[in-house]
Amino acid sequence: MRVKKGYYNNLQIKSAKGSFNREKNKILLFLIPTVLVMLLVVVYPLIFEIVLSFKRVVLQNLRSWNWPNVGFDNYNRIFQEPIFYKVLGNTLLWTVINVACHVFFGMGLALLLNRKLPGKGIIRLILILPWAMPEYIVALTWKGLFNEEFGTINVVLKAIFGSDAMLPWLSDPKYVFIASIIANVWLGIPFIMMVCLGGLQSIDKEYYEAAEVDGASNWQKLKNITLPLLKPVMTPAIILGSVWTFNKVNIIYIMAGNNVSDDAHILVTYAMKKAFNNYNYSYSAAFAVIIFLILALFSSSFIKAQKMNQVR
Amino acid sequence: MKSSVINKRSKNYYYRNLDIKSSYFDRGDSKIKIIIIYAILILACFIALYPIINIVTISLRPSDKLLSTSLKIIPDNATFDNFINAIKKPAFLTWVKNSLIISLLSTAFALTISVMGAYAFSRHNFRGKKMGLNLLLLTQMFPAPMIMLPLYILMTKLRLTDTYMGIIIVYIANAIPFNVWLMKGYFDSIDMSLEESAYVDGANLVTAFYKIILPVAKPGIAIAALFAFMGSWSEYIMARVILATEDMYTLPMGLVSMQGDFTTQWGVYSATALITAIPAMLVFICCSKYLVSGMTAGSIKG
Repeated sequence: MRVKKGYYNNLQIKSAKGSFNREKNKILLFLIPTVLVMLLVVVYPLIFEIVLSFKRVVLQNLRSWNWPNVGFDNYNRIFQEPIFYKVLGNTLLWTVINVACHVFFGMGLALLLNRKLPGKGIIRLILILPWAMPEYIVALTWKGLFNEEFGTINVVLKAIFGSDAMLPWLSDPKYVFIASIIANVWLGIPFIMMVCLGGLQSIDKEYYEAAEVDGASNWQKLKNITLPLLKPVMTPAIILGSVWTFNKVNIIYIMAGNNVSDDAHILVTYAMKKAFNNYNYSYSAAFAVIIFLILALFSSSFIKAQKMNQVR
Repeated sequence: MKSSVINKRSKNYYYRNLDIKSSYFDRGDSKIKIIIIYAILILACFIALYPIINIVTISLRPSDKLLSTSLKIIPDNATFDNFINAIKKPAFLTWVKNSLIISLLSTAFALTISVMGAYAFSRHNFRGKKMGLNLLLLTQMFPAPMIMLPLYILMTKLRLTDTYMGIIIVYIANAIPFNVWLMKGYFDSIDMSLEESAYVDGANLVTAFYKIILPVAKPGIAIAALFAFMGSWSEYIMARVILATEDMYTLPMGLVSMQGDFTTQWGVYSATALITAIPAMLVFICCSKYLVSGMTAGSIKG
């Protein structure tokens, strides 16, 4: 009797496993729409753009479809121009400052919020609101705040330090750049904060209790428990955040407008400006390919370094 | 050293017994610390809110006082004229309609497609899986505005320029890579045995997916929907490339077109900007309870 039951059960499990595998292979069909859309809207334009970067395409010959091959001319031109290095430096500065501020403030706020506090829910909600704002509205709003005559920031500066303290936020490239960074820091903190909060909530309280028993200071707890355990959550967020910041168009493009010299631009906005204002499509295609290569290199080395750390 | 620890503990014990402080705050926090924490958080809230409040202020200003150095949050002679003028603008309703159609449809499609794709990525070890995921990540690195020209040419060839369909396809593709990653992480955190037991009970793939996995994955899906919606509701650059006639303008395009005559319409512009931002904020607030769990469930485990 007993044996029979076991046999029966076995059979059932076997057939269930078989059907499971069959069903499992059907899952591959689920991939088809993703693949189709990505091929059409992403892969095809990417390849097209790469091909474009080796040709000469300007407004005059765009519609003729007869684009001469120029080899690496576009790339050579970019690398020979001093403005490229200036803009590249700007981009690195822009990315590093932004991401560092995002992580510092986002993590700090998350640490403060990750404790018992009455009213925490409301505070958290208010703090993520910048994330909910459409980016170009953010850019235009900050442009208003930085308005040299009527903007809040200069009005406040004037009230406190006198009229000498009013800064040329929108006309001097250096200040345009600083103003853009301030706006973008404001915009990006909530994302890191939320990721960080999620990570903090997943850390087992027992670690802290054990550390407390051993008499660990708050700083030691932060350094030896919190930060290492946050790493798996923060790494992808930081990589994505860096890539998004590197490629962020709206803020600088709107803040700088067309009346500021190229000194305030980063790679993407500069390439946009070239494509839109100078109609040199192949030139900006080459620019785009360079941006892409820089980012791909950065992310893959970042991920690799992270993995090496984990092995150790 | 040791005595101070004991001292601290007995203090905590005292508070716990009193049961006033400990039920509201962390045990170790002193009064001063709590005050400092609140001060920092309130300052942060002010900074987070101020630019948004500034839009409200400008939108409430009467039209002769638009350029003013006053810092009052509610301006003198506050009026809703700007909102009325914004809504009365004949094109406004068209923009809202277009934005709603485009955002809702692209969110629905992007969600369906990326949830399915993510499920396959999570549950099947097919060849090239890792490469596929990396390729999706790689697409994030190509500066999006730079695929505009090829995309425009492609859409012209497919006769999809200036149609809902054209822009919706673009928005779907924009949303897929991030959402697939997000949802794959979320599915990974769901135990396989859940479906396996469903298969034992004779369920097939579609029912197991639909009836068992999707309900469990709700927080992740909510967040994916949020990102897809936000992405299309506030997108401007691609819309500008694909849509041309004014009948097809979305809210962001309308807003930017208003910006041409900044000085005269600053107030109406701010009112419209507010009307654009509010739905996005509402969706955000509704989803915010899922925001933490939905975004990080996968990455914690993986």
